[in-house]
Amino acid sequence: MNKPESLQAVKQRRDGVLAALVDSIPYIKFLNITFDRRGDELTAVMQFEEKLIGNPAIPAIHGGATASFLETAALIELAWQRAWTAMEDDKLDADNVTASGYLRLPKTIDFTVDYLRSGLPRDCYARARVNRSGRRYASVHVEAWQDNRARLFAQATGHFLMPRLDTVG
Amino acid sequence: MTEEELRQRVAVAKKFMSALPFCHALDMRIDEAGISEAVMSMPYDPQIVGDPETGVVHGGAVSALMDTCCGFAVNLHPECVSPTATIDLRMDYMRSAKPGERIFAKAHVYKATSTVAFVRAIAYEDDPENPVATATGAFVFSKSRKAGKGKAADKSGAAA
Repeated sequence: MNKPESLQAVKQRRDGVLAALVDSIPYIKFLNITFDRRGDELTAVMQFEEKLIGNPAIPAIHGGATASFLETAALIELAWQRAWTAMEDDKLDADNVTASGYLRLPKTIDFTVDYLRSGLPRDCYARARVNRSGRRYASVHVEAWQDNRARLFAQATGHFLMPRLDTVG
Repeated sequence: MTEEELRQRVAVAKKFMSALPFCHALDMRIDEAGISEAVMSMPYDPQIVGDPETGVVHGGAVSALMDTCCGFAVNLHPECVSPTATIDLRMDYMRSAKPGERIFAKAHVYKATSTVAFVRAIAYEDDPENPVATATGAFVFSKSRKAGKGKAADKSGAAA
């Protein structure tokens, strides 16, 4: 390669792959979850909606919505990290991501959620950390907060089965 | 708990459940309610699919059904006196749910202390012996004073 790739081309490729990953999943749309990207760092955002409420008396976000949000953040982070390397090696972009097998999401083996405080009727944020990622198994920790990053309202740990990839490039 | 008390409790819980927007969004329904146990279900819906390639429902949606059913079972504990909340819930996913089929959850409170209810649940389509997922959870619990009268009085005395 003679000329370094333009910043715009790099961004376009990364955002394109992320969008392909996220947009393909109906349940992510149903929960209105989006992902903010800063370099390789992802923050999952679940915009508050009336339908997420579990207990109208408090009101609080349903534990199931919180669990879904955390599990989604973990799954996308895992898939994203794996795609990242291929993207940087110039093997993956929005055009070939579908055929590559990178859109095949890991399968959850188990997922444990700690409910630390009730989820308020506000937007939720989450970041996942992959603590171990082998060829077959991965272990991921996720933290979720609302107004204040230091005051988590839920956290979770889960184990995942990584899908096999088709040969890329 | 007498039959009549159980009926009343179920009626109250049903009313409460129908007012929960997220349960409504997933179209959950109550199928069975007994002392400390419950069966709930939700229909298959393309909107809650987590794997577009296979049409399998997202684990998070199954988790939501399990959480709700566990909470409902806690509400049906004879000594439960106030609303519950999930402290923690562990989901184990055994296999993918069959696309197109209604998913059931069956939950049972196997132990309730004065402060915590311990619950187990399974999710399945038609055969509880062939589960899609299992769950174990700890839920906030407050026992009725009436049940452990002597003990409760002693404790409050000590605290004062």
